[in-house]
Amino acid sequence: MTRTGKPGAFCLALLLSVTVFAGSVFAGADVMAADNASSAPWWMWPLILLVVTFVMGIAAVLGGVGGGVLFVPIISGFFPFHLDFVRGAGLLVALAGALAAGPGLLKMNLASLRLAVPVALIASSFAIIGAMVGLALPTQVVQIALGVTILGICVLMLTAKKSTVPDVPKADRISSILRIYGVYQEASTGEIIDWKIHRTWQGLVLFVVIGIMAGMFGLGAGWANVPVLNLLMGAPLKISVATSKFLLSITDTSAAWIYLNQGCVIPMIVVPSLIGIMGGSFVGVRLLRVAKPGLVRWIVIGMLGFAGLKALTKGLGF
Amino acid sequence: MSIDPHKSLQASPEQLAYAAVLEKGMYIGLLLLFVTYAIYLLGILKPYIPVSEISNYWSMSVGEYLNKTHIHPGWWWTGMLGYGDFLNFIGIALLAGVTICCFLIIVPLLWKNNDKLYAVLSVLEAVILGVAASGILGTGGH
Repeated sequence: MTRTGKPGAFCLALLLSVTVFAGSVFAGADVMAADNASSAPWWMWPLILLVVTFVMGIAAVLGGVGGGVLFVPIISGFFPFHLDFVRGAGLLVALAGALAAGPGLLKMNLASLRLAVPVALIASSFAIIGAMVGLALPTQVVQIALGVTILGICVLMLTAKKSTVPDVPKADRISSILRIYGVYQEASTGEIIDWKIHRTWQGLVLFVVIGIMAGMFGLGAGWANVPVLNLLMGAPLKISVATSKFLLSITDTSAAWIYLNQGCVIPMIVVPSLIGIMGGSFVGVRLLRVAKPGLVRWIVIGMLGFAGLKALTKGLGF
Repeated sequence: MSIDPHKSLQASPEQLAYAAVLEKGMYIGLLLLFVTYAIYLLGILKPYIPVSEISNYWSMSVGEYLNKTHIHPGWWWTGMLGYGDFLNFIGIALLAGVTICCFLIIVPLLWKNNDKLYAVLSVLEAVILGVAASGILGTGGH
């Protein structure tokens, strides 16, 4: 056994126990939600929500995804809350995570304000449109579209490649005018990396779609931001991940206001979710040292796939 | 010859200013959210919807929920802060509003540094978020 064998085995056992526990909670929640939600004492659902979002917070950190993308399909699929309130809470969960991470990432110069501002302008404008369309559409239609989107995210997670420092031979005209470039030091090697981007207008067009989806489904959009910033526009992976996280604080703000103004925020759903996700993220960061990222990623993809199918079948009325 | 601040390992002054406001707003917002939630849960302030009845409403669509509870959408909650449940909206609104302040804070810095394009883009972003926050884009659910 290697030196990290014992903590690794412990971590694996813990994760599997957590997954089995979460699975039984989901199954129980599903049966109870289908049975009669109002017969349960009022405090039970917020308590289960706290436990499930805590597990979700751990899984999100270890699986390298945002809390919002797990929150909306799982909570809307297995809890008695209407999708309107789940989307409102999902946006606030993703927003709180982005707000908590944003200042540090900006100070470390890993998140780039120059890269984020033009992208945010597009994404936040279209997130407003997405939120308005999402709230105007029949719930079943949104539920089906959510299921399809979540299954698409699973495929994206399984197939998307990443490039640590993409080759950008020449900055394009738009990024040159906007002076979107920078330098950062790779902590692991000490190397100074000079970065610039290309294919800016193609990237901005994709952020139209990303904004609409973020607003419509109440999902944080890190799963889409990172591939576009990294693979299409050529920003280094660390800059892409950090800028994406910071970007969510702007995109989700615009959509969150629409949900808030429409009345889709119930504090009894929002606050336990925030506490659970933040507490889980805190524990997840500590487990990160001993976890096997590959295995955790598979568990997260499995959870997402299950939740996506559940959303789809719920929308189709099965 | 001036040094391009964007070719430095250090974050630019406007990025640091943005981060400083974001950090303060985030901490104050989260603190307020947790304190007001405790006030709500402990029953220190009477809620508009009794906690024992909230589960009757959360399965409804937002339109039905607003109709049954006689809650008005938009900024109506600011007049209902005497109720424990509506008190929670102070922290939520602060978390959702801090980004607007961040953009407004960096505009003078960008303008002073002759970065007029980004100053205009920042004003535009603040306007977009302000319009979303204002509630003029429609309220009331479906």
